[in-house]
Amino acid sequence: MPSLGADMETGTLVEWLIAPGSRVHRGDTVAVIETQKGAIEIEIFEEGIVHRLEAALGDDLPVGAPMAIILAEGEAAPSDDAARTHEPQAASGPAPLAAAPPVASPRPSVPPATTVPPSQGGAAASPAARLRARELGVDLASIEGSGPNGVIVLSDIERTGPGGRREPQPSPAGSPMTEMRKAIAAAMTRSKETIPHVYLSHTIDLQRAIDWLAAHNREKPPQERILLGALFVRATALAARDSKDLNGHYLADGFHASDMVNPGVAVALRGGGLVAPALMDAPAMTLTETMAGIRDLVTRARAGRLKGSEMTGGTITVSALGESGCDMMTGIIFPPQVALVGLGAPQTRPWVVDGTVVPRSVVTVCVSADHRVADGRQISRFITEFETLLQRPEAL
Amino acid sequence: MTQTDFRAAFLEELTRVAPDIDPATVGDDDHIQDDLGLDSMDVLNLVVALHDRLGIDIPEAQYVEIATPRLASAYLASKVAAGA
Repeated sequence: MPSLGADMETGTLVEWLIAPGSRVHRGDTVAVIETQKGAIEIEIFEEGIVHRLEAALGDDLPVGAPMAIILAEGEAAPSDDAARTHEPQAASGPAPLAAAPPVASPRPSVPPATTVPPSQGGAAASPAARLRARELGVDLASIEGSGPNGVIVLSDIERTGPGGRREPQPSPAGSPMTEMRKAIAAAMTRSKETIPHVYLSHTIDLQRAIDWLAAHNREKPPQERILLGALFVRATALAARDSKDLNGHYLADGFHASDMVNPGVAVALRGGGLVAPALMDAPAMTLTETMAGIRDLVTRARAGRLKGSEMTGGTITVSALGESGCDMMTGIIFPPQVALVGLGAPQTRPWVVDGTVVPRSVVTVCVSADHRVADGRQISRFITEFETLLQRPEAL
Repeated sequence: MTQTDFRAAFLEELTRVAPDIDPATVGDDDHIQDDLGLDSMDVLNLVVALHDRLGIDIPEAQYVEIATPRLASAYLASKVAAGA
């Protein structure tokens, strides 16, 4: 059972996507587990053949518990086969499912550019649907989903479940949302208790970016339109590439800068809750690919189909309030990261351009950073670069 | 298609984008962002879905025309009638 966050203690196996005899490759999705943050697809970081599944559906396993035995090419089966021991890391060396590798390791996993990939095998379902299905004893495989890309949603379960539609009941303790709030509470409390935050904010003229975006989108069919949020993620990715002190993880032995820039994109889940899956190697993408990648992440975040590597791979977070609302947010860093780029909603404000006061769209960016790693000077340089990039949107 | 049909089509795509919304509870004047909580990505996905389903292209400047089911059914009916 891999750790998908410092505060994760256990995960519940809800689906195997492999069987004994399956050949697996690095990066394959092998199982789906239910965590406080919803259902997560677990990837494998070994090559080989599945020898035995150790975990059964419904098992609630502590982080580090073996889930399956994978044999490398030509490797003999462990001698303890008959005994079916449950000791982790059997001496004969079969590889347990590995947790996500450290962020600095090279990983060519760039999300697809234009389309949302179909989930590999198994029934894709929202966390709420999974929970309800379990309560009602409904087999997800027997249900046709009506959500995006055939994802099974709550109403599909309600329609199919024994007794048909039921009256909504008050959320019991342990409902997906309660669990999600617990996970957020744990991560945010830990962040505030352990990370000395420092905040720098700056208001940026956004008019050029907004005008450019409007002109771009006017020419495009809806499918190819780009949202302002994609410009913010793109500018963050490029600026972070040159700001080593803001991009990486702070672990027990100190700060590890990451060569790769994987911005975690904060996604508000409908009905409450928040996840920040990572857009892996974002600087290597075009703006169009960035937009497609974010769209894919948002879709899968809401459908409960994020990957383990996306939950742990973020190296800096981008959190934007959206199109309307308050003008500034001082965010809390998502550990073990060391910086969060918070963007308020754009506002029209009197602004001085060439000595004249004119109405302009502006946005206030506030960077929260770990003062153990970065000082005001580095953060200020990052924000200046972020601002410069947004003045030339056509070059993003 | 009547305006009722357009309303039904709009609600169907709306709840596909936001599966947790119960179409029975959506009022004619509910604002899709302020009342129903759609964000800019949801709105874009809704516009894409309506484009695919009805063959109409809603420009960004006209997103306000689909802000509520009442507005949207009238707008979609007129767009389709205009052969957009």
